[in-house]
Amino acid sequence: MIEVKNLTKSFDERIVLHTINAVFETGKTNLIIGRSGSGKTVLLKNIIGLIQPDSGEIFYDGRKLIGMKKKELNILRREMGMLFQGSALFDSMTVLENVMFPLNMFSKDSYKEREKRATFCLERVNLLDAEHLYPSEISGGMMKRAAIARAIALNPHYLFCDEPNSGLDPKTALLIDDLIHDITVEYKMTTIINTHDMNSVINIGENIVFIKEGIKEWQGDRRQVMTSNNQALNDFIFASDLFKKVKEAENDRMI
Amino acid sequence: MNESLHGLGEYVLLIKKAIAIPDRWGMFFKQLIKEIYKLGVDSLWIVIIISIFIGTVTAIQISLNIASPLIPKFTIGYTTREIILLEFSSSIMCLILAGKVGSNIASEIGTMRITEQIDAMEIMGVNSANFLIMPKIAGLMLFIPVLVIFSMFTGIIGGISASYLDTRMTPSSFEYGLQFYFNHFYIWYSIIKSVVYAFIISSTAAYYGYNVKGGALDVGKASTNAVVMSSIMILLADVILTHLMLT
Repeated sequence: MIEVKNLTKSFDERIVLHTINAVFETGKTNLIIGRSGSGKTVLLKNIIGLIQPDSGEIFYDGRKLIGMKKKELNILRREMGMLFQGSALFDSMTVLENVMFPLNMFSKDSYKEREKRATFCLERVNLLDAEHLYPSEISGGMMKRAAIARAIALNPHYLFCDEPNSGLDPKTALLIDDLIHDITVEYKMTTIINTHDMNSVINIGENIVFIKEGIKEWQGDRRQVMTSNNQALNDFIFASDLFKKVKEAENDRMI
Repeated sequence: MNESLHGLGEYVLLIKKAIAIPDRWGMFFKQLIKEIYKLGVDSLWIVIIISIFIGTVTAIQISLNIASPLIPKFTIGYTTREIILLEFSSSIMCLILAGKVGSNIASEIGTMRITEQIDAMEIMGVNSANFLIMPKIAGLMLFIPVLVIFSMFTGIIGGISASYLDTRMTPSSFEYGLQFYFNHFYIWYSIIKSVVYAFIISSTAAYYGYNVKGGALDVGKASTNAVVMSSIMILLADVILTHLMLT
């Protein structure tokens, strides 16, 4: 479980996050949603520790992130997996070498065992046939899957995904969502996904935090999102006609 | 002034972060071999081509400019050797390498920064500066003496070939001039200078690449700034080292 308490962050006098409080649960896909520029990525980067907040606390299963000693922080980082928006695969390495990278850096296993683990991770994301290809030789969806395989290589307790569906077609996006959800349940991870993809909200939104202009406006799950009376949330979720119709259908069903 | 001091502080902190005991020696040596090949071995052809031509042109220019019955012909070989050993093979060659290697390092690390590859390493708990920068610095510092020796050798070969082409000098007088008053310390002087330049080129380019913020345009800017700054630093170091070692 990851807890965020009274988190505030500003850049050059401009407050980007205002006193955010949120709990992200273990074994669930936790979503941070909001419009572009609402502060989602800044919040995620604060949680990961890539950005230092101005004030507030972040706890990883009771372990306080801010002020953590370098040694402890390095241990904690090895419990984290991250899927970046652009996948962030290392260009100079093949898909297999990318997945093996964290194992090569931190695992004490033999080369064969590390290779076996990497192959297993690639198999898990259904990408074994691309193991000898370079990132520039594979599609966006394959890159995301390779990045997921790399993120789970060290059996992380925490998985972070920044816009995992950006640039993907709806079918591939759905596959990536399902893969992240299945892995979260399978490995009992605390997964935080930063997204503004409404399909993800409906598909895997087990715990949703809605951010508007740096303020946490609402928290709930995918069922509650459909029936919420929060105006800002409704303006965001039901911006498209499709979701307006979904809400109308949901309301009719309830009547 | 404040900005410059801030930049210098950032540079020192980055180099301090980079020069640390590697997390995995095996990975470090693998990276080191890659960098030696990419930054050093791949630069060999440009060093050889430039040195041959500059050696040839230097000899021809000197023969043109000192054509006088009062100046012995072997002076052409002697002066060509001194120019190549003292300044060309170390300083001028490193200024050229600052362009080739410096822009390569800055753009590679800069692209890794903007595509979040460096962030990915940091999230994993990898010291990204140490993993990316130290093999580049060590690789270039280890291989640059080889490049300098190749440059000296091929530069002299270029000069000798000019003595066969140009009727104003003879190969025998040129070769006599090459051996005249030879001071082997000049070779060491050049090698020592080049090792310092290698550190300047790799660390300056790495600093500019590592601190890129923005997109592709900023990577280009960082690459240009890296080449300009390392060239200035090389010239400054040249003055200081020459003063310390030769006077």
